[in-house]
Order: sequence, then C-alpha cells, then structure tokens
Amino acid sequence: MSEIPLTHILFVSTALFFIGMYGLFTRRNMITMLMAVELMLNSVNINFVAFNKYLFPENLDGVFFTIFIITIAAAEAAVAIAIIINLYRSHHSIDVEDATEMKW
Amino acid sequence: MFNNINIALVPLLPLASSILLGLFGRKYIKNAAGIIGTAALLVSAVLSAYIAYEYFFVAGKIDNVYQPIIAMQYNWLQFTPSLSINLGIIIDPISVMMMVVVTFVSLMVHVFSLGYMKGEERYATYYAYLSLFTFSMLGLVISTNIFQTYMFWELVGVSSYLLIGYYFQKPSAVSAAKKAFIVTRFADLGFLIGILILAFHAETLDFQTLIQRLTDANSTQFASSASSTFLGVSALTWGLTLVFMGGAGKSAMFPLHVWLPDAMEGPTPVSALIHAATMVVAGVYLVARLFPIFSFDGAALTVVTYVGAFSALFAAIIACTQTDIKRVLAYSTMSQIGFMMFALGVSGYGGENGLGYMAAMFHLFTHAFFKSLLFLGAGAVIHLVHSNDMNDMGGLRKLMPITHISFLIACFAIAGIPPFAGFFSKEEILLSAFHANTLVYGVALLTSGLTAFYMFRLYFSIFWQKDTEVHDSHGEGPWAMKLPLIILGALALLAGFVPFSSLVTADGMPLETHIDIAFSAAPVLLAAAGILLAMRLYKKANETPAKIALALGGLYHAAYRKFYIDEVYAFVTKKIIFNLIGRPAAWFDKHIVDGLMNAMASVTAAFAGLIKGLQSGKVQQYALYFFGGIVTLTILIIYWW
Repeated sequence: MSEIPLTHILFVSTALFFIGMYGLFTRRNMITMLMAVELMLNSVNINFVAFNKYLFPENLDGVFFTIFIITIAAAEAAVAIAIIINLYRSHHSIDVEDATEMKW
Repeated sequence: MFNNINIALVPLLPLASSILLGLFGRKYIKNAAGIIGTAALLVSAVLSAYIAYEYFFVAGKIDNVYQPIIAMQYNWLQFTPSLSINLGIIIDPISVMMMVVVTFVSLMVHVFSLGYMKGEERYATYYAYLSLFTFSMLGLVISTNIFQTYMFWELVGVSSYLLIGYYFQKPSAVSAAKKAFIVTRFADLGFLIGILILAFHAETLDFQTLIQRLTDANSTQFASSASSTFLGVSALTWGLTLVFMGGAGKSAMFPLHVWLPDAMEGPTPVSALIHAATMVVAGVYLVARLFPIFSFDGAALTVVTYVGAFSALFAAIIACTQTDIKRVLAYSTMSQIGFMMFALGVSGYGGENGLGYMAAMFHLFTHAFFKSLLFLGAGAVIHLVHSNDMNDMGGLRKLMPITHISFLIACFAIAGIPPFAGFFSKEEILLSAFHANTLVYGVALLTSGLTAFYMFRLYFSIFWQKDTEVHDSHGEGPWAMKLPLIILGALALLAGFVPFSSLVTADGMPLETHIDIAFSAAPVLLAAAGILLAMRLYKKANETPAKIALALGGLYHAAYRKFYIDEVYAFVTKKIIFNLIGRPAAWFDKHIVDGLMNAMASVTAAFAGLIKGLQSGKVQQYALYFFGGIVTLTILIIYWW
C-alpha cells in the first residue's frame, strides 16, 4: 500500500478551512460560529502536522505548534463561551445580529 | 545729591500697599486696610515733599536754571541699537510738582475715605484700587519715556474704571465705568498713533532725545517729520495733534468730555482724587511734557488753544444748569482744565513768552487743592443728606460749620477772588491770554464770570436757601473727614503765595511776575458780579431762577441737556456706525465667515454619512472585509510581483 501523498492531506485541510469560514460568515448563532472557528483552527493543525511529517520528519516543531494551538483554542473557547453567556444575560439572545449596538 | 532709592520708593510704596491689600485685604486685613494704605501714602507724601525741597532749593539749580535729572534708567526692551523702551525716573520741575500734588491729594483722600467709606463691604478692595491709582499716576508723571507714559496712562485708565465701577451693583455705575473706559480708550488710540508717528520720525521714544531732535530745525529727524505730509498737514503736526487727542480724552476736553460727568457715579473721594485733581490733568501734563515740541509747531498749539477755550466756556454754561452737585463740579473741572489747556496753547517757550506755560502749571497746582476740597466737601454733604441733588439740600451751614467754611474758601478760590489761591493762577492765565489772543481772552473772561456764578449757585443752594430736615444724627462726620477739609482749606487759602513762577517754568529759568491791579480789576469785578447775582437768585428760595430759565427757553433746556452731546454720540454710534459698519460686519461674520466654517462642517458630515454604513456593528461583515482584504493582498502579491 502506497503512502498517502501530501496533497491529499492539504486538500482535506483546505476544505475544512473553507467549510469553517463559510460557517463563520453565514451562521448567526454564536455557538455555531464558535464551532466554525474551531474547524478553521483544526485545519491549520492538520497542515502543521502534515508538513512536519512530510518535510522535516526528524524535527518536532510542527507538532509542538499544534499542541500550542490546541491549548490556546481551549482557552479561547472558554472566553468565547463566557462572552456568549454574558451576551445572553443582557440581550436574551445569542444571535450576532442582535448585538450590533456593541459598535458604540 | 539725590538718593535714588527715596525717589523710587514714592511710587513703589503705594504699589506695595495695593498688592498687599488687593491679595489679602478682604480676608485677613479688613478694617486695618485703610490705616495701612494711608500709612504707605503718608511716607510717600513725606518723601516727595523732601524730594521737592531737595530739588527746588538745594540740588536742582545749576547756573540759575532748573535742570532735568534722570534719577533712574533701566533698559527694558531693546528693539534696535538706537530704539529702546526704557523705564526710568525723571526729576524736573513739573514732575516734582506733580509728584507733590498727587501724593498730597491722594493722602488727603485716603484720610477722608477712612471716615467716608467706613463700614463698606469692600473697604479693603477700595483702598487697594486707590493705591493702585496713586502708583499709576506717580509712574505717569516720572516717566522718562513716552511709551512708559503710555503704559501708566492705560494703568491710570484701568484704575479709574475700577473705581468708577466700585458700586457695581448699580447699573448706572457699571455703564459709567464702561463709558469712561471706552471713551478714553478711543482717545488713547489717537495717542498711540501719535506716539508712533513721532517715534517713527524722531527714531527714539525717550522724551529728552525726542524733544532735542524735533526742536532742532537742522536735524535730519526734524526735516523728515516736517517734510512728509498727509492731507496737507505735516507729520509733526499730525503726531502732536494725535498725542493731544489722547490728552484731551483723559482731560475731558470737548468733544471727548462725555465720560467725566457720568464718572461721578464712583465714590465721592474717588471723584476728588481722580476726576478732579490728578488723572484728568494728565492731558495737561502730557502737553506740558512735550511742550518744547508743541511750541515749535504753531498749528498743533492752535488746536490746543481753541479746544481748551471752547471746552472752558462750554462746560461753564452747562454747569450753570445742572442740579446734581457732583455733576456741577465735574463740569467745573472740565472748564478749569480748559483754562489750563488754552494757557498752554497761547504760551511761548522761553522767557516772558513762557508765562502761559507757567500759568497753566500754577493753575494745575492750585486747582488740585481747591477742587479736591470742593469734592470732599460735596462728599461730606452727600454723606449727611444721602442725595446728590441740590434740590434736596439747603441751610446746611448750621449743621456742618467746618464743611461750610472750607467749601466757601474753595468757592472763592475757584472764582478767583484775591487773596485765595485760584486768583493768582487765573490772573496769570488771563494775562497770558490777553497778550496772545484777544478772542481767547474774551472767552476766558466770560468763563471766569460764569465760574463765579455757578460755584456760588452751588454754594448757596447747599448751605443757604431753605432749611432741610436731616434724619441722620451722626452730624458732620468723623474727624477723619473734617481734617482733610481743614488742611485743604488752608491750602486753598495759601497755595497762591507759593513763588511758583520762580520754580516751574518752561525753560527752567525763573520768571518775574507781578499782579497788575488795573488788569486784575476786570476779572475780579466780573467774578464779584457773578457772586452777587448768584446770591440775589439763590440765597433765599424764590421764583426768579425758574422764571429766568423759562425766559431763556430753548437755550436753558439745551444747556440742561448738556447740549445734546450724549444724544449725538448715541445717534452716531447707534444709528450711523451701528447700521453702516456694525450690521454689515455682523452680516459678513454670520454669512461669510460662519458660512465657510459651516460649509466645511457639512461637507465632512455628508462624507461621513456616505461611509458610516461600513461600520455596521455586524461582526460577520467585519470578518468578511478582513477576508476580502486578505484575498486582495494575496492576489496582488502573487500576480503583481
């Protein structure tokens, strides 16, 4: 069985990235938007791991970066959910369109 | 020789007391303020008397001529190597004489105010202002530099403004203060332009250099000022006339006199100090200071003569009809200053010709005493009666004997009855006018008759005529008020015997004067006639004055309304200047200047309205812009490079 070429993995990660972006632009529910952001982050993780494995197998830099990103994503999710809960308390809604007055 | 520190202390002591009282007076010093101000001024007055003695009798005379001494000179602003503004002290006969007059009258007023202003809420502030005025006036008279004069000139104006508006709760006092300030400020504009013209041609601001250059027919500066002309009049004449305009504004000469009667809204001792004895003679002093140049330029001197003579007669006529005692005194001040002005106007520079100059200074000297006495006396009367109107007075001679006697002395002095002070100075003025100009002499003679008449109309209306009910029981007032009246009364009696002609003259050399009985007969008889007429009309209440007023009809009414000068000013400013300059300027400001600004603002607002939709507050839109931007940059980077 031949090895999976790098391009296939990159294709998956690119697809994942744009699916996440599409979700971010179209969904109004903030939880869903948060999920979309997670998708985009994970596509980047896949890229890091893939490049690490195929281009510099003797190093572990890409893997370390991935672990960093996962950690930060966890923290970011906690912050985002806190914001969403606060928004819900004040607006009784988690629809982003209802929070447009935040620009002031 | 002179101790210069002593001389500098004369103006600096009032300044120090003014600062002290102004900063700490209302809170900490309070009732001691009067004593502090008076004490500072007492030292000043003693010092200036000492300086006068030193100058006139010990050190001032060199080769039988009084030499000006520069006691202090400090280079303040250096513009070019040859042009600078200096601050200094000049000691010469007129500045020493003014120093004595200012400190002395100011001291009397300070003492008088101890009684008069007692219990006022802003007592300390009053003394602070009074001391500030004294400082400014002293600074003015000792200036070595025409610009220094100008600065102190404005300071004097400010202190006058503050003191006229002292009762700022009264709208009339506020408007009088504003009127005085604006009218004199308008005149000072002329003064400033005059200074600039003279300084431009003479290339100096220093009095002595200025005089030396502009009176030397061979100097280049004189040639330049005499040859450049505007409207057919030489620059020298323009400069001097404009400087005189400043002087006329301060000295309330026609037509810039309108502020003086209104200035009587201030406390009466202030009127005695500022609007009778000192500030209003600043114009006379200024002309005297520049007199060598004036005497070199006949045209400017002619202006001085006729403005002075006209003002003297004009004010005397108005004074005959007024019923507010302070206004009568104000017009009489204006009339007497007119005397001084035309005496300067008819004078020549040296020797016998300088009689007019000497007479003007002499009259300034004696007038300061008897006019401040009249005002202080009026203050004592107002203090008792609580009214300014002579219709509310009468028969006061029994209630206030000291005021009565001193007021009578002052009236005799101003009427020119020998041997009171005014007689001597007025004789010299009339004599100099007689030699120089018959028309002016006639006006002066008529005016001195009128002076006697209106002063005794005032005197009889206050102290004789009917009996007045006075509700107050405090009587004539405390000794602080009586003492200055007694001292000034003695001076009004004796000041004429000062050998003035040997002390203060135009060229510093003593002048021989003598009283010619044949010449004196006419004015004295005229004055006596005026007094008798006033006595006949006003000693007992009767119908005759009203009948005469009725018979004179329009003339009386015009004089009573001050010849409608105020109305003319109101017409000129409100109708002409306001409509022709004010309104177009306001229109221009509103529509063109403001319009430009509004247009800029509305263009900005419209542009902002166009682009404000971009900032919607929708997070996803922002993310889309961000993404679009990245895509664009990516495309650019890939395909452009």
